Amino acid sequence: MIRVENIYKKFGNLEVLKGISLEIKKGEVVGIIGPSGSGKSTLLRCINLLEYPTSGKIYIKDTDITSSKVDVLQVRQNIGMVFQHFNLFPHMTVMENMVYAPVKVKKLQKAQAEKTAMELLARVGLQDKANEYPGKLSGGQKQRVAIARSLAMEPEIMLFDEPTSALDPEMVKEVLQVIKSLAHTGITMALVTHEMAFAREVADRICFLDEGKLLENTTPAEFFSSPKSERARHFLEKML
Amino acid sequence: MKLYFAQMGQYLPVIFNGISVTLKFTLFSTLAGFLWGTVLALIKVSRVKPLEWFARIYTSIFRGTPLLVQLFLVYFATPQLTGYSITSLQASILTFGLNSAAYISEALRGGIVSVDRGQYEAAMALGVPYRQMMFDIIFPQALKHVLPALVNESIALLKESSLVAMIGVTDILRGAQMIQNITYRAFEPLIIAAAIYYVLVMILTMLANRLERWVRRSD
Ligand SMILES: Nc1ncnc2c1ncn2[C@@H]1O[C@H](COP(=O)(O)OP(=O)(O)OP(=O)(O)O)[C@@H](O)[C@H]1O
Ligand SMILES: [Mg+2]
Repeated sequence: MIRVENIYKKFGNLEVLKGISLEIKKGEVVGIIGPSGSGKSTLLRCINLLEYPTSGKIYIKDTDITSSKVDVLQVRQNIGMVFQHFNLFPHMTVMENMVYAPVKVKKLQKAQAEKTAMELLARVGLQDKANEYPGKLSGGQKQRVAIARSLAMEPEIMLFDEPTSALDPEMVKEVLQVIKSLAHTGITMALVTHEMAFAREVADRICFLDEGKLLENTTPAEFFSSPKSERARHFLEKML
Repeated sequence: MKLYFAQMGQYLPVIFNGISVTLKFTLFSTLAGFLWGTVLALIKVSRVKPLEWFARIYTSIFRGTPLLVQLFLVYFATPQLTGYSITSLQASILTFGLNSAAYISEALRGGIVSVDRGQYEAAMALGVPYRQMMFDIIFPQALKHVLPALVNESIALLKESSLVAMIGVTDILRGAQMIQNITYRAFEPLIIAAAIYYVLVMILTMLANRLERWVRRSD
């Protein structure tokens, strides 16, 4: 589904990704972990082209999306992204947030989009909030709406960038539960998180990034019990 | 000293006509300024270099020269250059629209820039094309940030509109001057004009506060 081939990313003089190669199969759930500043977000953002790699290639379903011939918007429609700070559109109600892209970008009928949106809101337990503005919701509710909004585009891939890091502790669980309910339903997922227990529980594979390099790429069982690299061991000692 | 306010009664139609002209003028030039200012603001953030330069030079010129000079230029030079005999009201609306667009575009540009990066990213991640993102997601939020500035601009326009009396538009001030010419009294008509401007500005301020509250309902 996703194949990242030897990508490098520089911001000015700062090299953030240093030759990362990675493959994610259809339906797989990959947890991406690593210290702050190791390039996790940048890697994720390269996959939906919010950032362009300085060199290297990224294939999605065997299409090289870094090629200039590719329609970026088309690529992004098929990849949902959930951000740390939710990024709901504050001037639109929950329902308007949900149907905006399906109607305006995918050109779905409004009634159809609203029906799907209601189903998705029910799935994240927020059908009664359809007509609220995001400002009225708690952090956990906002993030659940943001997840539902991404799902409304029916993407084959979902990227999560620390979806619970900005939440009060008591709201982390409800969001993790929603994410867990999506795992292994056919959708391909990459999840950057500091929730080690959660990563261990839902991920099929753990990728450990450190200073722009992919140091470990293995099963959760192996990663958490016997990491190969010194850096990963050190990181886990601090986290657990 | 005797004041003759009662004597002013018979000239009320002149004053009322002036009010209607001033309001119409303010409305149309605010609208023109807002529309053109929006276009300029979007150009300024477009990253299309030649267009950006045009918008910047435009703004610099309109902010850097006196409004009255601009008004005279449009009113007196248009017939000379184009052969079209522009009416004083047309020239006024055109000038004030062009001028306020410069100020409004700066305010809007600031508003657009202050919208959180995350909003752009969320829109892009959903595959929203640039133009739709700007019009549907970014611009409405920018507008909200700068609403107070826009309202101040239209209040400024209302007050500065008295300049158009200089080229013979029969607005409130011109009406007062006409009465002065007939009655040889300066204080009464002019203080009435000042009072009317003040009341209009207050009404506009009140409407603005309501509008702002309505816009902020989603917070
Ligand atoms: N747009 C940018 N311009 C310049 N530098 C950037 C930019 N985005 C990220 N960086 C830098 O790249 C490095 C890696 O950033 P990145 O956000 O990918 O790290 P991360 O692993 O997600 O960290 P965190 O856990 O703190 O989110 C950091 O040093 C960051 O300051
Ligand atoms: Mg990050």
